[in-house]
Amino acid sequence: MGAKTGSSPPVAPPPASSATALFPSINALKLKTKQQELLIRVSILALVYVLAFAIRLFSVLRYESMIHEFDPYFNYRTTLFLTEKGFYEFWNWFDSESWYPLGRIIGGTLYPGLMVTAALIYWTLHFLRFAVHIREVCVLTAPFFASNTTIVAYFFGKEIWDSGAGLVAAALIAICPGYISRSVAGSYDNEGVAIFALLLTFYLFVKAVNTGSLAWALASAFGYFYMVSAWGGYVFIINLVPLYVLVLLVTGRYSMRLYVAYNCMYVLGMLLAMQIRFVGFQHVQSGEHMAAMGVFFLLQVFYFLDWVKFTLNDPKLFYSFLRIALTCAISVGSLALGVGMATGYISPWTGRFYSLLDPTYAKDHIPIIASVSEHQPTAWSSFMFDFHILLFLFPAGLYFCFKRLSDATIFIVMYGLTSMYFAGVMVRLILVAAPAVCLISSIAVSATLKNLTMLIRAKNNATPMGSSKGTASLKASAKASSFDQPLPYQRNVAIALLLGAFYLLSRYAIHCTWVTSEAYSSPSIVLAARGAHGGRVIFDDYREAYFWLRKNTPADAKIMSWWDYGYQITAMGNRTVIVDNNTWNNTHIATVGRAMSSYEDEAYDIMKSLDVDYVLVVFGGVTGYSSDDINKFLWMVRIGGGVFPVIKEPEYLVNGEYRVDKGAAPKMLNCLMYKLSYYRFGEVTTEYGKPPGYDRARGVEIGNKDVKLEYLEEAFTTSNWIIRIYKVKPPKNRW
Amino acid sequence: MGEILMVPALGRILLGLSLLASSFSALGSSSPSPDVRILSAERRVDLTSSIVKVYLTLKVENSGASHASDIFLAFSPTETEHLAIIKASLPEGKRKKKKYIPLDVNPTELSEAPNGAKLFSVSLINPLMAGETAVIEVLYILTHSLEPFPAEISQSESQLVYYRDSAVLLSPYHVVEQIMYIKTPTNKIESFTRVDPTNRAGTELKYGHFHDHPPYYSSPILIHFENNNPFAVVEELVREVEISHWGSLQVKEYYQLKHAGARHKGVFSRLEYQARPSINGASSFKQLLAKLPPRVNSVYYRDAIGNISSSHLRTDYQKSELEIEPRYPLFGGWKASFVIGYSVPLEDFLFESPEGQHYLNFSFGCPLYETLVDSLTIKVVLPEGSRSPSAVLPFGADQYLEKTFSYLDVVGRTTVVIKKKNVVPEHNVPFQVYYNFNPIFMLAEPLMLITAIFLFFSACIAYLHMDLSLAKKA
Repeated sequence: MGAKTGSSPPVAPPPASSATALFPSINALKLKTKQQELLIRVSILALVYVLAFAIRLFSVLRYESMIHEFDPYFNYRTTLFLTEKGFYEFWNWFDSESWYPLGRIIGGTLYPGLMVTAALIYWTLHFLRFAVHIREVCVLTAPFFASNTTIVAYFFGKEIWDSGAGLVAAALIAICPGYISRSVAGSYDNEGVAIFALLLTFYLFVKAVNTGSLAWALASAFGYFYMVSAWGGYVFIINLVPLYVLVLLVTGRYSMRLYVAYNCMYVLGMLLAMQIRFVGFQHVQSGEHMAAMGVFFLLQVFYFLDWVKFTLNDPKLFYSFLRIALTCAISVGSLALGVGMATGYISPWTGRFYSLLDPTYAKDHIPIIASVSEHQPTAWSSFMFDFHILLFLFPAGLYFCFKRLSDATIFIVMYGLTSMYFAGVMVRLILVAAPAVCLISSIAVSATLKNLTMLIRAKNNATPMGSSKGTASLKASAKASSFDQPLPYQRNVAIALLLGAFYLLSRYAIHCTWVTSEAYSSPSIVLAARGAHGGRVIFDDYREAYFWLRKNTPADAKIMSWWDYGYQITAMGNRTVIVDNNTWNNTHIATVGRAMSSYEDEAYDIMKSLDVDYVLVVFGGVTGYSSDDINKFLWMVRIGGGVFPVIKEPEYLVNGEYRVDKGAAPKMLNCLMYKLSYYRFGEVTTEYGKPPGYDRARGVEIGNKDVKLEYLEEAFTTSNWIIRIYKVKPPKNRW
Repeated sequence: MGEILMVPALGRILLGLSLLASSFSALGSSSPSPDVRILSAERRVDLTSSIVKVYLTLKVENSGASHASDIFLAFSPTETEHLAIIKASLPEGKRKKKKYIPLDVNPTELSEAPNGAKLFSVSLINPLMAGETAVIEVLYILTHSLEPFPAEISQSESQLVYYRDSAVLLSPYHVVEQIMYIKTPTNKIESFTRVDPTNRAGTELKYGHFHDHPPYYSSPILIHFENNNPFAVVEELVREVEISHWGSLQVKEYYQLKHAGARHKGVFSRLEYQARPSINGASSFKQLLAKLPPRVNSVYYRDAIGNISSSHLRTDYQKSELEIEPRYPLFGGWKASFVIGYSVPLEDFLFESPEGQHYLNFSFGCPLYETLVDSLTIKVVLPEGSRSPSAVLPFGADQYLEKTFSYLDVVGRTTVVIKKKNVVPEHNVPFQVYYNFNPIFMLAEPLMLITAIFLFFSACIAYLHMDLSLAKKA
């Protein structure tokens, strides 16, 4: 084209001739409908991919590129170790900086998937000569995997419904708040990659079931392996898949495809999963994994019976054989299970698993699980907050699924229903339900939109035809195209409904953006508030204290704090802690809880026995920061009292009420936590017009203003008093 | 390298002189002549900050027959150890038209001085003829010469320090008349050694006049006084200057800061610190001021665990000032570390020499005001593909080359590393790094990216047009 205009004479050519010259080339460029569709689909997917990444960057833009919350700090620290020391050192790492004096075998007690993924990305980028810092890689790992999840969601949607549903699913999951809550930039946690692995495994398995291909089953086994390496939530897969197989068996949908898919996936997946040290032989020994094994044997029995039925070719003989075979199989199975349980070879279900099945279990038996806010049962409002219109689209999608039942839709229905139940039990499991809800809702959206547009388009096509050819042919064409008579105002109603759907979807997009920016993009290490003049005030006390610890305490100092801050102290403060967020030893945590809730002299003995050098408490009385240690204190009492009966919860309460003011219980006013939080706070005026010692977090004047410390001394308090660090004095001379 | 330095360019010859002089210093120096006398010596010791500055004015007379081309200064071993910089100049003209002509000062290897005293030679421009007199002004700076006593103080105490010196000038020559003034930051002087005649007036101590002291005579004095100035010491500073011929100069500075005054002991009470700031933590400091070049942009201030939100930048046409607060106030013995980074337009600092070489003209030393650096490393990262680098410094420092790898580097960037110990603000003078660079190398990295993307799309197209399946589709 360019060559043609260039070769034309300098005199301006007549417009007509240039038009004829241009026309054929434009026609050649014109795409076929199929190609257009492909182009649109690819560009929508690419946009969704970018959108999923971009919406998670609020926190980076508003704060900085930093790691959020608590657990991600541990992941970041281990990733740093992995990139610095290499994989074998990482695998064999004994960490003496946490759980002093016990230590922790890091390599054997973590899911390495996330760290290895981040390290691989880091190494790849460095190989390609991109000199990025490992922190940037860690911060952006979760958004990157969220983007990848949208692609998987597209293919999954395509597999269970059609490519339209796939596109809608990709778009919905890209901005679903339930998923964003765990995958914003900086929330460098296992869930970030695990949801991707979960959905990928499910997709590959469904694909394997649909095709009966060994290759897809193999791929799904590897997907499962990745999931096992990334997150403890893999237990959900290894229970849902056998349940699904069982349902297919019961509904008479057993097929060779299912047999191939499940056997390959289970056997290979199991062998691969056992390579992860944290899982190891649990995969064949613990109660949570028994269902998968049982279904595996059941499938073999089923297949065997099928074969016998085929060879016998006599129904009567077969039934008698069936009776014997079933009795034998069931008795052998239950005997094996009974013996296994009795000898302790098969371990019983863990408390976490129980608490999933019975929401009240944790409250009564394991206070340490119940104390975590993300382990609370979900409130209705948070369902609404995290799913918005998906909550209404979900049942509609289920309806469509049941209407067009297939192996794939059965799977997504089961995934949706079970995960919804778990989401109701624990707040954090909304995350697991999010992909299922998005997929099922996408079916509803896609099917509805498709029907509506088809109605509108059918009418459009019919009218011109009727005008040109007359009533006879119109009748014929109506008969051919639609099976029932059009309703009155059908087209208008369809347009109205379509507009309504677009309105709802746009509200969803607005809601998601708002939720992400307001609720899920705060790093929780840096606190921001509105100042008196409307400007933003930043409270960076956490990092102030941790950096002080890092620079100004002896390198081998042991810090005692409540377990919430353990990971942060080791990662940012680089100091040894007594307990941390990996709550593997309840007794150790209870000891710290006991020290915090004892009188100072008793606490001193406990602290001396643990070699504690510094005690760190979080205090929000000056700033009005409510998630501080005084508000968490009852859990310390409860957990401490659970192991050491000398600590009794009622002693800290007055008529069942928790108070810190003058009416508080005497034990409360003199326990270590109270003293450390309020030391010299009685002299501070926090708010104009209030007496000194007015606690802004709880809105009361404190009860014990004259706190004297005998065995500890104030070592550091941050500028807004949020973190207070005390030094444990050496023992007094005995003479 | 010596040859490169000799190449034309007038300015560079002048700068190169000091280096040449240092390499020939062993040849040029003789021993102090017994015929030279110091007619009068005046010393002004400034103790108002954590760095000790001494201004010395000498009136020298050559009473012998032969001429003297060098004048020698003597320093005790402890002074030599803490000596950061020594400058000498020759005042010329009178009153308002007074000019100072810098003189070269070089350490000597002479061992004739008693008690391990070290001699420095000042090379005069015109040798001192018999019977002539000359006035020389000398400035020398001592670091770590104020010893906190008591060595540990609590939050509410103020910081007291010892300063040790000699009331009489240590000199290889006979000194006819001399006087010393010592200026302290406040009136509060706990004690001082009396050597008659000694006078004290406000913040100033006066020792002298003393008359007729023989060579190498000294009379130790000890002054114990209050000094609450920030004893901020950067234990280690690494400055990385990265040149990009695309138009910017990126600077990244890694600081290891320490409060080198009396150690903090016992309790740190935030309440006392906030409520009564004047009497609490008088010797602590919570902010520092850095002087950055004008037209600075993309400034950041962070540390190993993230951004530090307490900093302010003020810019004007002359300079930019960055006010930084470490995460916490620094008390005696406390440490902090942080990184300051910024970028400046390239045309302000990169020039082309007449013979076609590029050279970077950048400031040496630490941008923080009134701060001493124990160990300074400057790394000048040249663009990939630059050749024959050489650094020109107005004073001696260790230099070597290394390779740095940054974004999209294949062979690595040549990096000139300059190391110097004991750096004081007086070292903030420009230095130059010369190198050859062919601008065609600027295109290497964009071309690499373009090629990679092109190959990626070609692969995509090839994949879409190829049928890789083994069996033919029906």
